[in-house]
Amino acid sequence: MALSTIWVHVEGSGGKPASISLELITKARELAGTVEAFYAGDDAAAVAGELGAYGVSKLHTIDTQGHLHGVPVASAVAGAIQGGNAPDLVIFGTTYDGRDVLARLSVALDKPVLTNASAIEVDGSDVKVTEAIFGGTQLVTTAFRSEPPHLAAFRPKSFTAEPGGETACAVEALSVPDVGQAVVVQRHIEEHSGPVLDEAPIVVSGGRGLGEAEKYSMIEELAKLLHGAPGASRAIVDAGWVPYSYQVGQTGKVVKPDIYIACGISGATQHMVGMKGSKNIIAINKDPEAPIFSIADLGIVGDVHKVLPALIDALKNR
Amino acid sequence: MNVVVCVKQIPDPAVPGELDPNTHWLKREGKLILDDSDAYGVEMALQLATAAGGGDVTLVSMAPNGETSGLRTALAMGAAKAILVSDDALKGSDALSTAKVLAAAIKRAEPDLVITATEATDGYTGTIPEQVAALLGLPSITFAKKIEVDGQTVKVDRQTEAGYDEVTAPLPAVVSVTAGVVEPRYPSFKGIMAAKSKPVDQLTIADLGLDGQVGAASARQEIVSVVPAEERQAGEVVEDDGAGFQKIVEFLEKQKVI
Repeated sequence: MALSTIWVHVEGSGGKPASISLELITKARELAGTVEAFYAGDDAAAVAGELGAYGVSKLHTIDTQGHLHGVPVASAVAGAIQGGNAPDLVIFGTTYDGRDVLARLSVALDKPVLTNASAIEVDGSDVKVTEAIFGGTQLVTTAFRSEPPHLAAFRPKSFTAEPGGETACAVEALSVPDVGQAVVVQRHIEEHSGPVLDEAPIVVSGGRGLGEAEKYSMIEELAKLLHGAPGASRAIVDAGWVPYSYQVGQTGKVVKPDIYIACGISGATQHMVGMKGSKNIIAINKDPEAPIFSIADLGIVGDVHKVLPALIDALKNR
Repeated sequence: MNVVVCVKQIPDPAVPGELDPNTHWLKREGKLILDDSDAYGVEMALQLATAAGGGDVTLVSMAPNGETSGLRTALAMGAAKAILVSDDALKGSDALSTAKVLAAAIKRAEPDLVITATEATDGYTGTIPEQVAALLGLPSITFAKKIEVDGQTVKVDRQTEAGYDEVTAPLPAVVSVTAGVVEPRYPSFKGIMAAKSKPVDQLTIADLGLDGQVGAASARQEIVSVVPAEERQAGEVVEDDGAGFQKIVEFLEKQKVI
């Protein structure tokens, strides 16, 4: 336990911290004596209650006054750090708001950033983080050579969240020197039926091999039959067949389900990074040379337009 | 309305990447191409400039060896000109250094709007758009899936975990766009010919007044090891003879999910 204090950027909604935040906190508890968190949201009291069970002793809150989080959260945290309350390390999830706040904070403090990390190691005063590159085939470990606090962002599912070190979590508001100029006018929540993509025990994803947007309904049907979530490769998201929120991969969601079924996906490195951590992988593809088969536990060389309807029928008739 | 688009010229993603064994930096010596994810920003900029009744789209890029082949692709799509910062001293730059260089170059174009991708396909740090905005003292909206400009305000539908947010900011501003925000055009033959003579302003870090402040000289992180990741083994691969689905059913039964 070489570090004294780590601050964790916590996200959440409805009084519940996001799973990525709990994963980060669990890891932070291993590395430092004191874990504190910062959070922008009007349900801080409820969130603090949850965080106490994970060993967070203080929740610093930030009132963004309806602005995007990047500027206000970074200015508040930079203010606290420059005011002498500096942790050794500040960690973030590689999320929409996490990256915004991290980037703004790096400029405010003139500190380098390391992102997309999947592991962290503290060795004396050396802080090293590891990131997978080239489609997850190589692991690169980078050490900070700057003065603390160090800034790093981690991909979801890098660590397992576990409660521990239960304590009372105090809530303290940070002053916000600058709220910025980007105003959130209206929020839109897209309704989902079934489990969330990155938490589903089964994910069924479709790719270019489906041929046309209409055929994606087979993916949705199979996902529903298996009580799983439908996903997609970047190719069909870019083509506009399904929304970005369905995308599995380097630039989309990282998923680690018990079973991942890739349908008509060749296995571009960009996609594999997001799903190769799945416990079991089933792939259906016409091309026997498709890279996806190199990581599949079961590969079916065949036409998704034949295999999927037969599979759906078989499952319906059970 | 003048729009700057930050673009990156990257090694062809179809060719396996390689790290220099001594420096651990990504090898970028071969021919570089326009990052696919930047084509969306270029297209968006062209459409917004047209909708605003005109104005130039200027590309800003940083690349080794004065590389311009990727820039020519974006110029062929219709961008008017490019600013390219190329300097040996930039090798080994970290994300913040890169953002400082881009911010200094962008300032020269005096844009009303700066558009970037959310992250580059080769390095994908994903902090550059917001760092550039912070360095320029501009508002920023990341992960745009739709952009409109209304007078001096930019209106964006921003991707979120739960759906999307409508966000507004005054111009000038920095906006990062997700893939699929618009359908990029293919360069026409006329465009490709015209691109050959469009101006590419080449700058060094001294031109930008950033001598000694960026690049490896200022990098405050060091790659200490590169090791192969544990490989996942391929399992059973079978040819579908009409009963392939049955194999999947058996697999799912064995895993007790059905």
